[in-house]
Amino acid sequence: MATETLVRTRRKMRPATVAQFVVAVLVAIFALFPLLWLFTGGFKTQTEASTGAFWPAHPTLDNFVFIFTQVPFLRYMLNSFFVSAIVTVVALLFHSMAAYALARLRFRGRDTVFVLVFSTLLVTAPVILIPLFVIVRELHMLNNYAGLIVPALFNAFGIFLLRQYYITIPKELEEAAIVDGCGHWRVYWHLILPLSRPILASLTVFFFLANWNAFIWPLIVIADDKLFTVQVGLQLLQDQVTVGGGANWSYLLAGSTLTALPTMIMFFILQRRLVESIKTSGLKS
Amino acid sequence: MTTSVAPHVSRTKTVATQGKPGLSRKQREGWAAALFLAPDVIGLTVFVGIPMILSFVLSLFQVSGFGQYDFVGFGNYQRIFADPVFMSSLRTTLIYVFVLVPGGFVVSLLLALLVKQKLPGVGFFRTAYFLPFSISIVVVALIWRFMLDEQVGVVNQFLGWFGIPPQAWLGNPNLALGTAIAVTIWVQMGYYMVILLGGLQDIPLEYYEAARIDGASAWSNFRHITWPLLKPTSFFVLLTSTVAALTGAFDMIYVLTKGGPANSTNVLIFYIYQQAFQYGEYGYAAAIGTFLVVIMLICSTAIFLTTRGGRFSYGD
Repeated sequence: MATETLVRTRRKMRPATVAQFVVAVLVAIFALFPLLWLFTGGFKTQTEASTGAFWPAHPTLDNFVFIFTQVPFLRYMLNSFFVSAIVTVVALLFHSMAAYALARLRFRGRDTVFVLVFSTLLVTAPVILIPLFVIVRELHMLNNYAGLIVPALFNAFGIFLLRQYYITIPKELEEAAIVDGCGHWRVYWHLILPLSRPILASLTVFFFLANWNAFIWPLIVIADDKLFTVQVGLQLLQDQVTVGGGANWSYLLAGSTLTALPTMIMFFILQRRLVESIKTSGLKS
Repeated sequence: MTTSVAPHVSRTKTVATQGKPGLSRKQREGWAAALFLAPDVIGLTVFVGIPMILSFVLSLFQVSGFGQYDFVGFGNYQRIFADPVFMSSLRTTLIYVFVLVPGGFVVSLLLALLVKQKLPGVGFFRTAYFLPFSISIVVVALIWRFMLDEQVGVVNQFLGWFGIPPQAWLGNPNLALGTAIAVTIWVQMGYYMVILLGGLQDIPLEYYEAARIDGASAWSNFRHITWPLLKPTSFFVLLTSTVAALTGAFDMIYVLTKGGPANSTNVLIFYIYQQAFQYGEYGYAAAIGTFLVVIMLICSTAIFLTTRGGRFSYGD
């Protein structure tokens, strides 16, 4: 009797698990197939790219050679890297400074400043695109690196997450430092910043990815192709090679692979960190 | 007045034993705060605050050529309702949001429930589902344009095995919007899955154990435990995905279809771009932008009311 129930529950459980597993595999194929199709496509010849063959029969680097020699793609990548790196470093400095003040210092109007900063989170960039463009034009930042970098620095999201983190640091630490004669800058630089390494690492990934992947702002602020970021350059390449309907997809796939590679590598190295930061941003808001 | 200032600390002048003479500790803290906040507060004011106000001001002007501003009052807003392209764009946007947001939410929630199970290789599945989100929308749109191509695309080849004739997924006005929505769900499903999974893992296991003793079915588990306790997370996901659908669709639409064919995928955020940067109509584009903000507020309020602001109590 007892064994019979055991067998029955096992039989009852197993098919459900198997079904779930099968569904999981099918969804995984659905999620991964386009990415594999992209990466293998970059190594295919032009004619092979338009057939259904999954693996390139005669893998070639010609598409990558074309991308680097006939198109300033390396330049686009370096532009993106430069802009993303500068924005990430400077934004994290500014945001951690502001967050330190909002979390650790006592001053009149602190709550008001916090609410005002927080309310800018509700404004999404595309809605203020046109006035922002007009302001950036008045500041003579169109078509240069300043135009790509400066407006991208200011985002209350980072301030908010850093502030939440700083609030949890025990007060005794900085009280001791202040009694020892440290100024607020030294407390911030030598105490708070080193303590916030984990969250700064998460935000570094977040900011770098967001800026590397940015499209609409670089598209409208830059006219000179020497300053194109990689996303805009890739889109331009699409317009060039699809003229007349005969798209050379293998070039585009090679370019797309190169564009996606840095973020994919970052993703694999820092996956846990990224997922954690998404979870916290999702739950603590 | 900040309530957090402890009066007995701030009023004791003797605390200010170090530092510049003449400044109390409280004053020094105030100055330090001003300096620490200056870069971000100035930046946010110039690049977020002022544009927000300017957006409305700009919508009252007709901008012709370079720098010629003519005050037209609410003329741009009147023009909106007489513009057939705007009306079709509004309709497209509403369809886009009302299909994408619930559709994406259901897909992500099902995935989160799936990878919450103790399946073999569950870590791999989580990573696999999340991976599309790590690449840019421009690249995503390019891959799918390639796979959905009418002649060379692998999607049509695959459907051919089942005897389904090739479709112009992005060239057919009746299919293009649905295709764009499906591709968007493909990118976002892993991201919202991660957030919803976080919410699911926060639900105390004791609730399910208690329900099992009562002999509750999987469905009643979901209805009476998972769903109510997941409300705060659902609220967050629905809100962010609505905002993303209304304003973040630009990259996808630009690369995938450029608003076509026959304006069938021309969502408002793309129409704003067209008006401003292709036709130089900054004032009119700003008016559409203001309109978009109003839609966003209405949607946010609706989500807030239906999920009761994501509030819940464990006592229920």
